[in-house]
Amino acid sequence: MAIVPNPYKTTGFLGWIDDRFPLTKLYRDHLSEYYAPKNFNFWYYFGSLALLVLVNQLISGIILAMHYKPSSAEAFGSVEYIMRDVPWGNVIRYMHSTGASAFFIVVYLHMYRGLIYGSYKKPRELIWVFGCLIFLVLMAEGFCGYVLPWGQMSYWGAQVIISLFGTIPFIGPDIVVWVQGDYIPSDATLNRLFSLHIVALPFVLVGLVVAHLIALHEVGSNNPDGVEIKKHKDPVTHIPLDGIGFHPYYTVKDLVGVAVFLIIFVGVICFAPDGGGYLLEKPNFQEANPMVTPEHITPAWYFGSFYAMLRATPSMFASALPGVIVMFGAVLILFLLPWLDRNPVKSIRYKGNLTKLLTLIFAIDFVMLNYLGMQPTSPTYTLMSRIGTVYYFGFFFSLLFIHNFETSKPVPERVTG
Amino acid sequence: MMRAHKLLLAIAGLMLSGSAVAAGHPLPYEYRADTSNLASMQRGARDFMAYCSGCHSMKYLRYNRIGADLQIPEDLLKSNLMFTSAKVGDQIHSAMPADASKAWFGQTPPDLTLETRARGQSWVYSYLRTFYVDGTRPMGVNNLVLPGASMPHVLWELQGWQVKEEAPEGAAEHEGEHHGVPLKLVQPGSLSPDEYEKFVGDIVNFMSYAAEPGKSVRMGVGPKAMVYLLLLLVLCYLLKKEFWRDIKH
Repeated sequence: MAIVPNPYKTTGFLGWIDDRFPLTKLYRDHLSEYYAPKNFNFWYYFGSLALLVLVNQLISGIILAMHYKPSSAEAFGSVEYIMRDVPWGNVIRYMHSTGASAFFIVVYLHMYRGLIYGSYKKPRELIWVFGCLIFLVLMAEGFCGYVLPWGQMSYWGAQVIISLFGTIPFIGPDIVVWVQGDYIPSDATLNRLFSLHIVALPFVLVGLVVAHLIALHEVGSNNPDGVEIKKHKDPVTHIPLDGIGFHPYYTVKDLVGVAVFLIIFVGVICFAPDGGGYLLEKPNFQEANPMVTPEHITPAWYFGSFYAMLRATPSMFASALPGVIVMFGAVLILFLLPWLDRNPVKSIRYKGNLTKLLTLIFAIDFVMLNYLGMQPTSPTYTLMSRIGTVYYFGFFFSLLFIHNFETSKPVPERVTG
Repeated sequence: MMRAHKLLLAIAGLMLSGSAVAAGHPLPYEYRADTSNLASMQRGARDFMAYCSGCHSMKYLRYNRIGADLQIPEDLLKSNLMFTSAKVGDQIHSAMPADASKAWFGQTPPDLTLETRARGQSWVYSYLRTFYVDGTRPMGVNNLVLPGASMPHVLWELQGWQVKEEAPEGAAEHEGEHHGVPLKLVQPGSLSPDEYEKFVGDIVNFMSYAAEPGKSVRMGVGPKAMVYLLLLLVLCYLLKKEFWRDIKH
């Protein structure tokens, strides 16, 4: 099919542009004539919110980078310079630090939405895979950014995470030195993490978000009923009967979500930017000191679940390699979800009670692991983390067969409510 | 829809219970700084510069920022707070050479700009009140919240000397905070215990201000931003309702 310039025959200045660039076509394909199911509920706010937070991170990050100094001697002081001497610098910095946590909250809820309504099932497998890649890059981005203020927790967090590479058999220790550019986390490490944080990873992240949206708009959005709205189209207009234009219907609806989100987000920035020590950790108000280890090293809260799984896995041959495999496996298994879930029913609304229960427990399990990952270890907590880790993986494998042991409800032809 | 809200509430509840646990070891004294008390912060600034700044820097804070925020005119700032050759726009550095202080005390006295954010207001407050005589330490004193502290009891003239009492087994465990602290004043200082308590409070108020001078502005902007965003929410909701009138469910 040949590309026809200006298929909508616009005229005037817009016509001049459309003869040369598909502006009207893009607007119609992706906004006004992108038909989304009309029954989106509460869970469907988090995609647009993730985009909002991404823009917030990019803009606040650009301004921070204008004042921040990526050197081990100056980084900590330059953050305080931003907090004190740059006009509105404290607000910009809190927007970025709070935004990092907000990013993970909305992304976790967005992913859980996909899980409960089967948004990863055929033909949306690639949307899900792109999403998992986004999550993976986001984790790397979060880690690099966490190191930049060069406080005690930044430093020792970096030390713990980079040392994970050291568990790779034979070449591990050399890889650690190569990654750090030194024998301990140092100026060279800070410099390269800064480069990754502000150039390489955001570049990849934005590219993946574009791919995520292109894939989504190619196949169309899923919905809480898990039925395909494209099956029932108006015979004349070919518009899905249950579809409404993304713009204006979902742009105005998402604005309501944005307003609610901003009330919480701005509330945290103004009244509790430390988040009780979870958004900004107390030891990070002390400059990095390679000679003094904080009494209790914790990762950023949003890595809690994965850190809990790392610690819960017993070492083998005096190596923490199994834990590292389990931790990365916990992220990688997400990629396989579209092929692990064999249930013909998409939405949890029509799945059997057993799957409903297991999915709810999965959410509780994840939150529990996240909590445990932030606590000092104790025998009880280790046992709980182990049970939680087994359940985490067990849940995914149960999706292979669990539907054989329950009765699903009939899926309606058209969307409800 | 309802289930989603319940789940979010459950998550919020877990996070809150987490922060309560993370608060950690109980401190001898609890203190919440009052950074709206201008007179107290002014006294705290004067006392900090007189008693603390000889050894400790506050290197992220500038003299004239204190002047501007705590409403201290420049001449008073120079005569009461500035004891070095620094200019008013300079940051507060200690006059003591770092190498020398390391040799004298075993470590360089830490910068105190962010101390109340790093350790907490109650910690600093408790630290300044719980020095006690301990002949085994190089400086002759030890501290309840920082055992083995290398700092001498700089404020002894004001507080006097305390000794540690070995509490009888299990006694006084659940009593009020003052009774639970196993320290006894054996030689009074120039301030009464009540006056000393207020003196330490002033210093912690000032240090809490110094840890985040921009706090009062962001706290002040907050309510206005909330009003604006609530109006925005109402407008967005009405806009959404208007557009969605033509969608049949």
